[in-house]
Amino acid sequence: MKKYTFTEKKDTRSGFGAGMHVLGQQNPNVVALCADLVGSLKLEPFIKENPERFIQCGISEANMIGVSAGLTIGGKIPFATTFANFATGRVYDQIRQSVAYSGKNVKICASHAGLTLGEDGATHQILEDIGMMKMLPGMTVINPCDYNQTKAATIALAEHEGPAYLRFGRPVIPVFTDPDQKFEIGKAWTVNEGTDVSIFATGHMVWEAIQAGEILEAEGINAEIINIHTIKPLDEEAILKSVEKTGCVVTAEEHNRIGGLGDSVAQVLVKNKLVPQEYVAVNDSFGESGTPAQLLEKYGLDAKHIVEAAKRAIARK
Amino acid sequence: MEIEQLEKVASQVRRDIVRMVHGCQSGHPGGSLGCTELLVALYFERMKLKENDGKVVFDMDGKDEDLFFLSNGHISPVWYSVLARKGYFPVSELATFRKLDSRLQGHPTTHEHLEGIRIASGSLGQGLSVALGAATAKKLNNDKGTVYVLMGDGEQQEGQVWEAATFAPHHQVDNLVAFIDLNGQQIDGPTVKVMNNRDLGAKYEAFGWEVINIEEGNDMAAVVKGLYEAKGRLGHGRPIMVLLHTGMGYGVDFMMGSHKWHGVAPNDEQLAAALAQLDETLGDY
Repeated sequence: MKKYTFTEKKDTRSGFGAGMHVLGQQNPNVVALCADLVGSLKLEPFIKENPERFIQCGISEANMIGVSAGLTIGGKIPFATTFANFATGRVYDQIRQSVAYSGKNVKICASHAGLTLGEDGATHQILEDIGMMKMLPGMTVINPCDYNQTKAATIALAEHEGPAYLRFGRPVIPVFTDPDQKFEIGKAWTVNEGTDVSIFATGHMVWEAIQAGEILEAEGINAEIINIHTIKPLDEEAILKSVEKTGCVVTAEEHNRIGGLGDSVAQVLVKNKLVPQEYVAVNDSFGESGTPAQLLEKYGLDAKHIVEAAKRAIARK
Repeated sequence: MEIEQLEKVASQVRRDIVRMVHGCQSGHPGGSLGCTELLVALYFERMKLKENDGKVVFDMDGKDEDLFFLSNGHISPVWYSVLARKGYFPVSELATFRKLDSRLQGHPTTHEHLEGIRIASGSLGQGLSVALGAATAKKLNNDKGTVYVLMGDGEQQEGQVWEAATFAPHHQVDNLVAFIDLNGQQIDGPTVKVMNNRDLGAKYEAFGWEVINIEEGNDMAAVVKGLYEAKGRLGHGRPIMVLLHTGMGYGVDFMMGSHKWHGVAPNDEQLAAALAQLDETLGDY
């Protein structure tokens, strides 16, 4: 298996902030909006250099989504930012009517997604956002894996025409991807080629999948690991090509088992090639307070659980 | 345009409204009839629109022109009629309102690429926020155009409206004129009974808006005068709120003043009775 190492850990939200900093310098149409969480979204460098292109909305997310939709009517590219829970569930109707149905070029950028927000608990740990956003016609859904990829995805979004949801997290995690990568929306990234089982992972779970791949390799199992950073549009070709080789699948996501990446992959398989699939996801429950590592373990999302899922999938071939 | 000419357009628009709603046996005539003077005055007198060889042209960004947003999207018949009569799309298309494969959806949408529509509306409470975004974009673009937005009075019960009401004075969005159609009716009955909004003017003033009343919202001369007054107050750091006092169903005697015609279509006899009260001035579609 290809070796992935890291020299530092960083949070993906800082990757977003770094991407916004670049966009502030590169693209005069980019406007940032926030609902009283500037520090959490790492927007300070953007605001310092482009104060006129930052709009503080206060704690009023519904209005922020509407203002964002209106800004596009003047040719602006708004990046509306807050925690994932408030960026999606709280304002689903506003996103549905004023952004998605209206086909507006709004980028909804959401930090603190998933369980790994940690100690704040279930009120802030949204596990349904991928499902809600992917169900909206025309919405692009992106969940990058580390600091560098989040930065690259942020920059790529400004060039992409249409509504998009960018999801990232709070904890510091290993930075293992190329700092100068080009991010291709809708094109999955093969992290490791293998023959025994396909592991399709998204977001923070990609690093867990890499750890799982190393454990499996030590036991003589050769896993193919693919980073599905874009959940919609889904790279069906990459998924089917991998499954042709391996004949079984594990999907891994920091999201509810219902309605997330796993279900998207299952839909591709059921239409094209039936193979065993195992889900590594939260089993239709809310989260709770705890450290990110504790929560990943308790809710069955860490590398150990991916290893077990891979063995179950292989056994069902 | 002379007041008399504007009134002629308004009469034809009212005929369009009742015929459209009758044609598909669905839609919202009451609020549409009540806001006819406002939309006619805006599009035929007040707004600076993009034109080429004397004809209006539409582009989504609307740079260097005035923009209008309809937040209470259910009164789409009046907007569609005014847009068609202004020349944005063929008047004959009004006959497709709310029918399968039509660009004139029950509630306005960008989805069908109907000229003049820049955002979907129908789920209430979102239009003021969108208008604030468009007005902010104009400021960022050094575009001198004005943004207009119409809301219903029942719609004031939505929480998002008050998020937007807070935002506008804070960010000094003073290139925006908002209207509330104060017809006092909503689906379930008089607004004071369903959920009393109480003194909306005092509320907006307390939020930092400049508030103007147009007491005779169905008097064309009063509406035009009010629009000039609103325009004159722009550019001084405060958004403008116009309380437009209208009668629901205005112009058709049996529809006037009652919430019962909020979302009900006239039958054949009722249509004939309505049309008998409204002069055909520009030709029916």
